[in-house]
Amino acid sequence: MGSSTSDTLSRGRDPALLSLRGVTKVYGQGGAAVRALDGVDLDIGTGEFVAITGASGSGKSTTMSIIGCLDVPTGGEYRIEGLPVQDLSSDVLAALRNTRFGFVFQQFNLLARTSALENVAMPLVYAGVGSRERSVRAREALAAVGLAGREQARTNELSGGEQQRVAIARAIVNQPEIVLADEPTGNLDSRMGEEIMQLLLALNRDRGITVIMVTHDAHCAAHAQHQVVFRDGRIVDNARGVDPS
Amino acid sequence: MIVPSTGLAFSALLRNKMRSALTMLGIIIGVGAVVMMQSMGGGATAYVSEAISGLGSNMLFVIPGTQRGMGQLTTGVPLFTMGDLDAIRHLARDVALVTPAGSRVERVVYGGRNRSSAVGGVGPEYFEIRSWGVTSGRLYTQEDERQGGSVCLIGQTIVDDIFLSRSPLGKDLRVRDKTCRVIGVLESKGAAVGTDQDDTVFMPYSTFTRRLVGSDRTATILAAAVSTDRIDEAKEEMIEILRRRRHIAPGDDDNFSVRDPRDIQAVLQSVMGMLTTLLAGVAAVSLVVGGIGIMNIMLVSVTERTREIGVRLAIGARSRDILTQFLVEATTLSAVGGGIGIVFGLVGAWAVARGLHVPFVIPGISMPVAFAVSVLVGIAFGVWPARKAARLHPLEALRFE
Repeated sequence: MGSSTSDTLSRGRDPALLSLRGVTKVYGQGGAAVRALDGVDLDIGTGEFVAITGASGSGKSTTMSIIGCLDVPTGGEYRIEGLPVQDLSSDVLAALRNTRFGFVFQQFNLLARTSALENVAMPLVYAGVGSRERSVRAREALAAVGLAGREQARTNELSGGEQQRVAIARAIVNQPEIVLADEPTGNLDSRMGEEIMQLLLALNRDRGITVIMVTHDAHCAAHAQHQVVFRDGRIVDNARGVDPS
Repeated sequence: MIVPSTGLAFSALLRNKMRSALTMLGIIIGVGAVVMMQSMGGGATAYVSEAISGLGSNMLFVIPGTQRGMGQLTTGVPLFTMGDLDAIRHLARDVALVTPAGSRVERVVYGGRNRSSAVGGVGPEYFEIRSWGVTSGRLYTQEDERQGGSVCLIGQTIVDDIFLSRSPLGKDLRVRDKTCRVIGVLESKGAAVGTDQDDTVFMPYSTFTRRLVGSDRTATILAAAVSTDRIDEAKEEMIEILRRRRHIAPGDDDNFSVRDPRDIQAVLQSVMGMLTTLLAGVAAVSLVVGGIGIMNIMLVSVTERTREIGVRLAIGARSRDILTQFLVEATTLSAVGGGIGIVFGLVGAWAVARGLHVPFVIPGISMPVAFAVSVLVGIAFGVWPARKAARLHPLEALRFE
């Protein structure tokens, strides 16, 4: 899936899937301005499993938001397959978030008092998929995260680990190339955290989904082949391990 | 997008049933009031029109004084004399029938039973003008009128209450301290708003004035034109005769009024028009208040659900999807409120119509109009909160605590 889109979009030289060049992000204005990112250069290739680590306020979450098109850089350039993101309208950004990215949050961010199935099917509503197909695809996604049979369970009836699985099902239901996970194990105990890690690794390994994960946990980060470390809005370490493929 | 939004909106509203119900209250009251008043107004109009057509379409009546504006009568003007009646009877060629009419409430007694009833003194023409007959016995005649005979006609209510439903014919009924012989029972006319037309005693006008009033001057003349299309001519003739007899100089205003059922209808229409305007004002205020209530609750809802909005934006909702979602939710609130208001209004109007014995009218056009207006209120007052939601920055919405 990733390779087919890069075939159609690549012009001459094959660009990286995601590419940040000299990206800065400034919040606020004048004396109160905070420079969250200060010249970040980063390339992420198709099929990578990337762990982004760093202290609180080091810029890792801001980077994640820019990659996920939830926010745009103040300066510098961010391209998805060579396409500059800062020139795109908010509707196109919404479409990118809908089709190319899946989000997994630390707080799960499921809709309260709503069934697992409805939560998972939600991105498909915005993709314009009909209700019957939404249901079929949401069931498949729930089955893929090991929650077959729990479709009608409401959010408040699920354990934390189950909620995060529902969130992962929601992230992959529209078959994105990239899953962005912001502290996915931060609210879980170590056993459930490990299950979620294995699930993300399996998505990367079996489906070729590019996974970018922000984490505090060195043990989690150790699973990734591509390690990025932030400090004070800059990347201080950017190491690629051995690519298993 | 609209269809899933509507389902979504309903589930969001059902999650906060009490809050939704209270929010809808303004719209329910506004729409309910409009529908109820429209129905009651329609019922009253139908009732009065029916009553007027029951009076006879060629009927005229004359009262002293002139109406100035709404219901204000000039006072201190002379009543009509029997000479006025005779003049009309002999000189007005387009007037077929004419009679004085007097009425007062008196105690009527038979056996050990008594009640206060309307006692009317009218000439025998009265029953012809009103096309009113008897179910038993006979009407009184010109002979009775001339002699001032102690005879009377009674309504069904008096038969039931005083005579305990036995035949009253030939019995002597006491009216105050005088007696009269019952010679007939009038056809039942049923109840009007607040008054029972069958709770009445009629006697010849001469008997009425001599025995109960003491003066033969009358405050009401009832007449019938020879035909419906001569009603204007009959009116003109009566005005001319009465002006001459009351010595009104040319150019001066009349000190009496000649009216026909069309005038009553016109007055009724102007009253209904005023009521409708008043009501439209009340409804407008209530709908605006209801709209503000919806806006308020939608603003609260947008704030409460900021994170939800953030999640929706993150998984691919466009600004306009969020706008639609909240707009549909506000509109659903007002439309459901409007629907409930229509039902309440109809039920209320039905109950009132039953209680007052007036026809129940379903106000055809005002129901869809009221519903459409409530939907428009939802859109108008939902736009601002919905825009507020749609303009949220995805990242800030997601991080909202």
